[in-house]
Amino acid sequence: MLNIDSIKKGIVIDHIKAGCGYKIFKELKLHKADYTVALIKNVPSKQLGKKDLIKIENEIDLDFKVLGIIDPNITINIIKNEEIIDKINVKLPKKVKGTLKCKNPRCVTTVENIEDVEFTLVNRETKEYKCEYCDTNTSI
Amino acid sequence: MLKGRHLIEPKDFSLEELDEIFTLAEEIIENPRDYLEVCKGKLLGSLFYEPSTRTRFSFEAAMLRLGGQVVGFSEAGSSSVSKGESISDTIKTVGCYTDIAVMRHPKEGAPKLASKNSDIPVINAGDGGHQHPTQTLTDLLTIKALKKDLSNHTIGLCGDLMFGRTVHSLVKAMSRYENIKFVFISPPELKIPDYIKNELKDNNYYETSDIEAAIEDLDILYMTRVQRERFLNEEEYLRLKNSYILNNEKLKNAKEDMIIMHPLPRVNEIHTEVDNDKRAVYFKQARYGMFVRMALIMKLLGVDKNA
Repeated sequence: MLNIDSIKKGIVIDHIKAGCGYKIFKELKLHKADYTVALIKNVPSKQLGKKDLIKIENEIDLDFKVLGIIDPNITINIIKNEEIIDKINVKLPKKVKGTLKCKNPRCVTTVENIEDVEFTLVNRETKEYKCEYCDTNTSI
Repeated sequence: MLKGRHLIEPKDFSLEELDEIFTLAEEIIENPRDYLEVCKGKLLGSLFYEPSTRTRFSFEAAMLRLGGQVVGFSEAGSSSVSKGESISDTIKTVGCYTDIAVMRHPKEGAPKLASKNSDIPVINAGDGGHQHPTQTLTDLLTIKALKKDLSNHTIGLCGDLMFGRTVHSLVKAMSRYENIKFVFISPPELKIPDYIKNELKDNNYYETSDIEAAIEDLDILYMTRVQRERFLNEEEYLRLKNSYILNNEKLKNAKEDMIIMHPLPRVNEIHTEVDNDKRAVYFKQARYGMFVRMALIMKLLGVDKNA
């Protein structure tokens, strides 16, 4: 297996569904990072079969809401002195602003430049969110 | 307190606030002369981004009958929108000149966006297939005025129940009142969507495709038009548009005090012979629409006849 050094201080985003790692990497703007980051794809996993993994050698503020929408099953490990000092499970947020796009072509958000459109979770199982403007459900 | 508020969807107002509007509308109907100048010096901005006859006329007539004035446009091409202005910029500018704005827009959620950027009250006059709250207010006032109460009715809704925006809004609004039963009468292709039924209790409604069997149960029959623009296939439209044509024959088992409503315009779903039936109230309904808009404008502006 590919070997990547453990990190001294930073964050490991684990249990990312295989294939979603790059999306999270981009969403967190890690491609612009000037510190050490690693995106590892298709790591063998007992739980998932295959998973993606991101290691960040830095203390950064993570937007858990964004991560929850992309993949609510991921785990975030906070590392200090090469040890996990905190483990955070992300959940689907009840409300999200500015991340989702309404899929209803008749919705005003498709033609007007509106920042921070709010979506409200209506179905946790199907991951459906309702647009605040047109009330149409959009699934992730 | 309704002064300064927006009306984007019927649920923006509590039942008590709706009742306040209906009570005022009924007072205006009784004594219209008392209200001839209550909006003197006030200006309504009429922002119609797509053509509308009844709703626009109804709002403009309402404001003029209250002694106010109206400025605005009746299609987007004759406004600064054609120059690419955003909705929020338009409403901010309109708010500099007028006291209250009414907006019809083809995009769903446009009036809500306007209301978020507006210092003056914004009334949604229809946004695509989404909401048309003043039609709902019109329907509720018609029922209240003619049936004396908004509770304890069996309401039949007939025609296009799948795409009919007025039907969806009316069902949602009426389900807030006590002891209301719905009978959904439509061809199988145009049945009421599940998400509307899911909000009702199981024993509060039944579905049928047989208007003649259902009609004797009804206190209110709400007819709707099958809209050509909803169909991709012309043949399908032509077949379904004639599904339910209400005529005197179909009305023979209806209650003597049932009322027949329709949001208008009709095509052929109510035969003109029905117009002379005392139960046909759809033109009265249009008149109630103007009165309820008068009351709404007064409440949102915070004016009254004693001021």
